[in-house]
Amino acid sequence: MTTNILEMRGITKTFPGVKALSNVTIGVERGEVHAICGENGAGKSTLMKVLSGVYPHGTYDGDIVFENETVEFRDLTDSEAKGIVIIHQELALSPYLSIAENIFLNNELKGRGGLIDWNKTNFEASKLLARVGLRENPTTKIMDIGVGKQQLVEIAKALSKEVKLLILDEPTAALNDEDSDHLLDLILHLKGQGITSIIISHKLNEIKKVADSVTVIRDGKTIETIAKQDVTEDRIIKDMVGRDLEHRYPDHTPHIGEELLRVEDWTAHHPQDTSRVMVDNVNLHVRAGEIVGIAGLMGAGRTEFAMSLFGQSYGSKITGKVFLRGKEIKTRTVAEAIDQGIAYATEDRKTYGLNLIEDIKRNISMASLKKLEKYGLVHDNEEYAVANEYRKSMNIKAPSVLVKTGKLSGGNQQKVVLSKWIYSDPDVLILDEPTRGIDVGAKYEIYTIINRLAAAGKGIIVISSELPELLGICDRVYALSEGRITGELPVEEATPEAMLKLMTMEKPR
Amino acid sequence: MSNPTPTTSEETQLPGGNVNPVENKFTDRLSHVLADLGKNGIFIALVAVVVLFSILTNGILLRPQNISNLVVQNGYILVLAIGMVMVIIAGHIDLSVGSVAAFVGACSGVFAVQWGLPWWLSVILSLGIGALVGVWQGFWIAFVGIPAFIVTLAGMLIFRGLALVVLGNANIGSFPAEYRALGNGFLTDVFGEFELDPLTLGVGALAIIAIIVQQVRTRRGRQKYGQDVEPMAWFITKLVLVSAAIGFFAYSLAGYKGIPITLILLAVLVLVYGIVMNRTVFGRHIYAIGGNRHAAELSGIKTRRVDFWLFVNMGTLAALAGLIFTARLNLAGPKAGDGFELEAISAAFIGGAAVQGGVGTIGGAIIGGLIIGVLNNGMSILGIGIEWQQVVKGLVLLLAVAFDVYNRRRSGN
Repeated sequence: MTTNILEMRGITKTFPGVKALSNVTIGVERGEVHAICGENGAGKSTLMKVLSGVYPHGTYDGDIVFENETVEFRDLTDSEAKGIVIIHQELALSPYLSIAENIFLNNELKGRGGLIDWNKTNFEASKLLARVGLRENPTTKIMDIGVGKQQLVEIAKALSKEVKLLILDEPTAALNDEDSDHLLDLILHLKGQGITSIIISHKLNEIKKVADSVTVIRDGKTIETIAKQDVTEDRIIKDMVGRDLEHRYPDHTPHIGEELLRVEDWTAHHPQDTSRVMVDNVNLHVRAGEIVGIAGLMGAGRTEFAMSLFGQSYGSKITGKVFLRGKEIKTRTVAEAIDQGIAYATEDRKTYGLNLIEDIKRNISMASLKKLEKYGLVHDNEEYAVANEYRKSMNIKAPSVLVKTGKLSGGNQQKVVLSKWIYSDPDVLILDEPTRGIDVGAKYEIYTIINRLAAAGKGIIVISSELPELLGICDRVYALSEGRITGELPVEEATPEAMLKLMTMEKPR
Repeated sequence: MSNPTPTTSEETQLPGGNVNPVENKFTDRLSHVLADLGKNGIFIALVAVVVLFSILTNGILLRPQNISNLVVQNGYILVLAIGMVMVIIAGHIDLSVGSVAAFVGACSGVFAVQWGLPWWLSVILSLGIGALVGVWQGFWIAFVGIPAFIVTLAGMLIFRGLALVVLGNANIGSFPAEYRALGNGFLTDVFGEFELDPLTLGVGALAIIAIIVQQVRTRRGRQKYGQDVEPMAWFITKLVLVSAAIGFFAYSLAGYKGIPITLILLAVLVLVYGIVMNRTVFGRHIYAIGGNRHAAELSGIKTRRVDFWLFVNMGTLAALAGLIFTARLNLAGPKAGDGFELEAISAAFIGGAAVQGGVGTIGGAIIGGLIIGVLNNGMSILGIGIEWQQVVKGLVLLLAVAFDVYNRRRSGN
């Protein structure tokens, strides 16, 4: 009756106190690319962990039928033996080993006497690399290639295991547009070779590009499966958030005041290779109540600029001038920058933004403990009250402020980071990829918070690799390319085409 | 196990909204008690070890003289454990403390015995040398960026060697009496001689009152700010148990020689460092650095400066431990401090510190140190040989950390 390679029927998975999946049913046709969408915490990853045996048979209810056969996986090895390979968002490659060694890790090609046959390993690896369109020497170390290429190595590794069903968990989350396109093309190419794929993604445009059908999951339940011809972004979003999102961006009427921050001739070099210019003579300004965007492709120097400005936390040989309300200020250390009224919320909140083993309360107070100090002691009841206020005003979804931030979803973690910086009471907030990796509903909330800050007279700089987002929330946008500001447009004139042209403008040589 | 009680509803936590624990259901109270017991698992382990050895030794363990000995014998390990747990919380380690203790002990011998300096000046100079050792190691760790493991491994060799140099291959002995009091002096008989020393009993009573007052004030403060507090019955039960333990302890000491000077030093250190770690900006910065160094840096925390001062502090505490040990033996010798670092590190880990940093408490490290102390003492009374004592202590360390890891995993951390 079915051409489905995979059917998961009535999958229910409960954790102590939480029902992560409730009666989820999904069918994947042989040879298709099937997308799974859902907000963070909707249950996508849990579902894939059930499928791949990370949660072994018996810890969930329901049936998995793979190639018309009911399967009961005990672990990853079991599912891989059947040809189901999952590639996680966080790549599982060993940085100090070569490409070939990684591809055949735990699947080593042995020659005579049970020893590894390195010639064969490298030869087979280069064949696999050709299949995924990666032109690299198989003996190159993983740490020497970019994230985009590492993703391809992961796929080559999957191919070496004779994969039938390839699961990609947010494969393009860390990739730039070019690498993303290449990866998506590869998925289509593999489809031509008969490999079925499941792709988990937030990015609606790429789902539209590659998926033959889309299943939307919300709150651990399947909402619907949509066939390719019926897929629209609005329909997916509606399914994901369970309501119509009339506007993806909240309304914002700017009340722009005095100039707050002005940066002149800002130049920074690479921290190790001090001859390499990473930020090249940047001039920009932000006014009170203004939301200013910095658009740039990956590697344009966006984060480098922001971090070099924020207490020289990036770079070497940094030169230039910073003015706050017309007065020149020094920002040589992070503490100094914070004292002067600058805040920077990082693009990578887990690595650079939060203390994940500590609770919400202590994360919010981390940058402003001095404010809570009384007679040399931290007033911890006051701290609790402050954190609780932010929990309510920022709508951080947690039963109390004593919950560890590592247990929160991406959107709520971001709200904690923002709370931390808002509590430090800055004049200017630099938000680096404020909505990266968080779901549509939470994005809207973050935009609302940004608007609220602007309305309170703060100057906001938003750095984002999503152009629609910048054009949706900013009043004015700068384009950055190769470390230089290549243009500045008020948002009314900033069409995506005009911006892209500026963002790809190369240095005159 | 450190999960907040999930049963608390949103409303009960709003500021001003008082929580009335008496109205909570029985299950709520039970879950609170269980969560608390889980959090204080280490404390229960100490009680279990004490009970076990009291039975095995037919009560010798809890005799007044032995209780007094327990404190005096483990004083220097507990002093080291305080500094060590702070270093470990920040994500470092210090392997050199045993050698530093020996080195400082040797120096103090030169000051107090060979040069005949007054005892107080010798103590101050010795602590200063400990601080300088900390400056040296802290410099390499914080400002040059060499891992603490390497720097202090080098320090372990360097300061052991320097201790031998200072001693000139001989023991230095016969310290002045005031100096010796650091290790085996007692505060007693101030009000004349009694069967039970009234001063000791008085201090014990004061300690009980202080703890009750402090706990009640904390509880009131939390309630005022609308925070979740434990059920009243459990709160009182805990206070009664703690008071009983202190009372018994004071009674035992009063029946022997009074309050050991070492205990007074320790009590002051625990109090001061407990406040430093929980309530000062410096202490909070240590936890923040251990939890996520990058995030701490990008929050304006001067991580290098904190690292540096941590090691200066550790050096000073190692010096104090060296003084106590030397005073107790009345001898500065080349083997002093041998293996202290391992006992201090064990104490911190048994007490719940995490290898990757960010987690741990002063109280936990002290209890961890006491568990090791009771094991040492109990097994010695039983006549178990040093070889088997080591095996048992190793297993206890392993099991304690394994239990911790298991607990954390179960609570989904």
